[in-house]
Amino acid sequence: MGAKKASPDLLNSSFSFKSLKLKTKQQELLLRVSILGLVYVLAFIARLFSVLRYESMIHEFDPYFNYRTTLYLTEKGFYEFWNWFDSESWYPLGRIIGGTLYPGLMVTAALIYWTLRFLRFFVHIREVCVLTAPFFASNTTIVAYFFGKEIWDTGAGLVAAALIAICPGYISRSVAGSYDNEAVAIFALLLTFYLFVKAVKTGSLSWALGSAFGYFYMVSAWGGYVFIINLVPLYVLVLLITGRYSMRLYVAYNCMYILGMLLAMQIRFVGFQHVQSGEHMGAMGVFLLMQVFYFLDWVKYQLNDTKLFQTFLRITVTSAILVGGIALGVGTASGYISPWTGRFYSLLDPTYAKDHIPIIASVSEHQPTAWSSFMFDYHILLFLFPAGLYFCFKRLSDATIFIVMYGLTSLYFAGVMVRLILVATPAVCLISAIAVSATVKNLTSLLRTKQKVPQTGSTKGVGSSKSSSKVTLDQSQPFQKNGAIALLVGVFYLLSRYAIHCTWVTSEAYSSPSIVLAARGAHGNRIIFDDYREAYYWLRQNTPTDAKVMSWWDYGYQITAMGNRTVIVDNNTWNNTHIATVGRAMSSYEDEAYDIMRSLDVNYVLVVFGGVTGYSSDDINKFLWMVRIGGGVYPVIKEPDYLVNGEFRVDKGASPKMLNCLMYKLCYYRFGELVTEYGKPTGYDRARGVEIGNKDIKLEHLEEAYTTSNWIVRIYRVKPPTNRL
Amino acid sequence: MAARIWIFSVAVALFLSFSSAQDLQIVNAERRIDLSSHIVKAFLTLKVENIGKDPAADMLLAFPPTQIKHLSMVQAMAITGKKKKKTYLPLDVKPTEQPDAPNDTGYFLVSFATPLTLGETVTLEVLYILTHSLEPFPSEIAQSESQLVYYRDSAVILSPYHIKQQTTFFKTPSARVESFTSVDPANRAGKEIKYGPYEDRASYSYAPVIVHFENNSPFAVVEELVREIEISHWGSLQITENYRLTHGGARHKGVFSRVDYQSRRSISGSSSFNALLAVLPPKVNSVYYRDDIGNISTSHLRTGFKKSELEFEPRYPLFGGWRATFIIGYRVPLEDYLFEAPDGRRYLNFTFGCPLVETIVNKLTIKVVLPEGSKDPSAVLPFTVNQDLQVKYSYLDIVGRTVVVLQKDNVVPTHNVPFQVYYTFKPIYMLAEPFMLVSAFFFVFVASLAYVHIDLNIVKK
Repeated sequence: MGAKKASPDLLNSSFSFKSLKLKTKQQELLLRVSILGLVYVLAFIARLFSVLRYESMIHEFDPYFNYRTTLYLTEKGFYEFWNWFDSESWYPLGRIIGGTLYPGLMVTAALIYWTLRFLRFFVHIREVCVLTAPFFASNTTIVAYFFGKEIWDTGAGLVAAALIAICPGYISRSVAGSYDNEAVAIFALLLTFYLFVKAVKTGSLSWALGSAFGYFYMVSAWGGYVFIINLVPLYVLVLLITGRYSMRLYVAYNCMYILGMLLAMQIRFVGFQHVQSGEHMGAMGVFLLMQVFYFLDWVKYQLNDTKLFQTFLRITVTSAILVGGIALGVGTASGYISPWTGRFYSLLDPTYAKDHIPIIASVSEHQPTAWSSFMFDYHILLFLFPAGLYFCFKRLSDATIFIVMYGLTSLYFAGVMVRLILVATPAVCLISAIAVSATVKNLTSLLRTKQKVPQTGSTKGVGSSKSSSKVTLDQSQPFQKNGAIALLVGVFYLLSRYAIHCTWVTSEAYSSPSIVLAARGAHGNRIIFDDYREAYYWLRQNTPTDAKVMSWWDYGYQITAMGNRTVIVDNNTWNNTHIATVGRAMSSYEDEAYDIMRSLDVNYVLVVFGGVTGYSSDDINKFLWMVRIGGGVYPVIKEPDYLVNGEFRVDKGASPKMLNCLMYKLCYYRFGELVTEYGKPTGYDRARGVEIGNKDIKLEHLEEAYTTSNWIVRIYRVKPPTNRL
Repeated sequence: MAARIWIFSVAVALFLSFSSAQDLQIVNAERRIDLSSHIVKAFLTLKVENIGKDPAADMLLAFPPTQIKHLSMVQAMAITGKKKKKTYLPLDVKPTEQPDAPNDTGYFLVSFATPLTLGETVTLEVLYILTHSLEPFPSEIAQSESQLVYYRDSAVILSPYHIKQQTTFFKTPSARVESFTSVDPANRAGKEIKYGPYEDRASYSYAPVIVHFENNSPFAVVEELVREIEISHWGSLQITENYRLTHGGARHKGVFSRVDYQSRRSISGSSSFNALLAVLPPKVNSVYYRDDIGNISTSHLRTGFKKSELEFEPRYPLFGGWRATFIIGYRVPLEDYLFEAPDGRRYLNFTFGCPLVETIVNKLTIKVVLPEGSKDPSAVLPFTVNQDLQVKYSYLDIVGRTVVVLQKDNVVPTHNVPFQVYYTFKPIYMLAEPFMLVSAFFFVFVASLAYVHIDLNIVKK
């Protein structure tokens, strides 16, 4: 009995052991999920270099504004935030924060913060803000996977997720601490595109609805939503022209456009612009065109007479175009439809900003992209991209057309402005992923079929592989096998180079917070220049709370966020005249500047000066932009006055106006007494490598209030006017 | 007539109640006042004799009303034995009120170890510390100027007793003394000003003097310090200290010149300070030093067996009236500070006061955060402080943690003495938070299992 009882147990156990072994499909699923999980984690930790090397802090300029507003949101609540009039910036004008910002990022961070607090994780809001960008980068990899799966296959999806996780073009804007709109916007952008492609593929209302909500999130997060609202109609137009019009497209686009528009109009900063401004007109035109197409389709179905239909088509199309054209013309003429903005123009025409809007051209990230930065940010993707395009064209579908259009348009914009490399990155990664995935798949299938051929013989070989390929296989078996192996090794070598390059770029170039500067000392030790925070904290603690600080607009956000003092201009740059006034003050003589500063109620003037440390992005090097922007509004300021033979100099050969303007005086005040480098005369400017031209600077209306330990930030107090007798 | 008798009897009663005071006399008194930093330390050596019939159990120390506000602490010790075999016996000192105090004089009552009988003498050593007693004059100085301060006191000791002989010494930080009130005999030698000896001064004698001298020692005043000590039974104490520091000396006026500050350091900004020293417990780890806008990178830590020293600089040098706020945090192993009392309760034994060297703390708040689930907290301190209880929520807390809040004003480094907080705690509560995490994960997996296996479709596929 015992033996009999035992045997079924043994059977059972061996059976259950066997059942533990996964089927191929399950194995594949497990592999896929674990790869995705690893990529998710990788995308997060690759962005933590800056936290490990420096500290958990907010980077750059704009993120400080975002941090300040998020802090306000979490402290005061949503309605207070929405109605916030900020009197600390743009003195004396102020700024309506709720109506002039994209709240998506702040609301996202606040929601994460509140959720964590609800779950009893009492984190600081700063930590949430610092880690928002890496978190959304991780989420982007998941979207990239699904997108890749949609346009090609799961393999391409996995490769795309892995590529985008470490692509420097994306990392540059999403390292920990870079708490900027782009951090969530790229996620929203890719999600919207993915959902839209899915909607076009399935014709399902629910996907289109999802896409509309994705679009809403994008609009709430970043001004780059204009790219979506122009690319999607363009894509629809291309599908219409290439004769790929279908009911699926009709459902997807109409639902996405109408709902997306209604939702987008809820964002105060966008509002009625969405139906009134020139940038959005294309989408509306395509929407109307879709209705005409649908109507024509219906008429064609009803008429059943080609000749009659042809005449009807002609009349309808001409009248539709005519009506549309007249409406557009009347709208533009009457001012109901606003014309394109300068930023939009400068995107289409790279030279536009240089000639017309110095304030856009003065920003380094708005410069046209150099080839080297493409190479730096994309590395092998630059070569894989055309290959991917080839594969896409080989297997043309609605989805691949979309990704091709996305890739090509965004790459054009990336060429126009450095910062738009970011927008192109997902497309480049996806298309390159197709190239990698397709190549590797072809090569491995070559290897596999070869292995199978000798094993299974002809009986199974005929069934499994196509006869034609089998014939070619048989013809050049040894050469192809080696070639395939060599190519595979090559591909993996390239990919590993890519991984190494990305890690290197991330750690060397994109992980410094720019508010804390680091340099190597003579003994190889790291020297930290923390002058910015020193100055801002000094302002915060030792000046009256209602003091107004004048500085160039770059430092505005940081002064309000860290120094907690009112500034005249900041990085929002919404009022060119105000900035030009500051530019004029900086480039005038001291007594003229004093009148301007008095009229603006300025108490302190802050300048950034790199002459002692050799820090080159200081105010002297930015000075010509101040002159240009100031001169753009006030013709008294003329650029040639500050140049000598078209050359910008600060030494003895500099122009007299240059040597006596406010900026020069404030930067070099008492600098002439200082020996900065051994073996050089006093007053040797290390950032520009010259001895300064005016060492005897006297200040009449200002006095030195504070200079940081490495002289990077200098703060001057504006004296009250002396009594007149 | 009746009224007159009544008044007389009251006077007699008063006289009787004060008879103990009248029966003591001070044979010899020496006072040394150290003015070298902004914390004024006075050492008083008194030789007290009982001349009354009744044994005297205690004596009074008197302070003028201007000093009583700034008086941070008073300690008294009785000295027995001769020079080399001196032994010090700490005595109990309590503030008291006297009904007929002239001009709002403040009193402290020193209780002798054994009551003094007729003719017996005792030698007392009294230490009292005054804060905010140096008044900068001029009250605003430029960067190149040196800081001059006033110190106001009396040339003779204020006392309810007759003093036969007394001398007072003022020790200034440097030989630069602008002026001092002369009360004959008074003279100055280098850093020391000597008043006296004065013979036979009656009780409540007072001779106001002003000393005007240079004092460039760092006037580091912590306006408010909040120290939070969080006890984790998993093995560590986390201490977080929030400082609001200011330079309490003469206000800085006009220009701050970096050139002068960095190249002519000896004559420029001599009253300013840019480095501070905090004495932390030994075995300290995970030390951080930051403020509202991030880390401050200028700090050095030296750990030792008896103490650790954290030398740090604020972001900028502090001139008169400038402020800086910062946070210092560190962790120490639990076993050195948490003990079990014989009655089964646990108690934390930690140092009171402020870890910064030579600073005055205007308002000190110590918050001891007990672990979640602790009961019956009670604090034991050698001096009186305001006590309060609060509740704090930290990671994964449900009912919150009990916080014992101890608050004291006018704290000086002499207050850095151990104090104890007793509480009861069941170790099973330690497992609450891990259990919560484990169960949360468990439910996530169960939910995903359920989701995979349950078909939610309305139409069967």
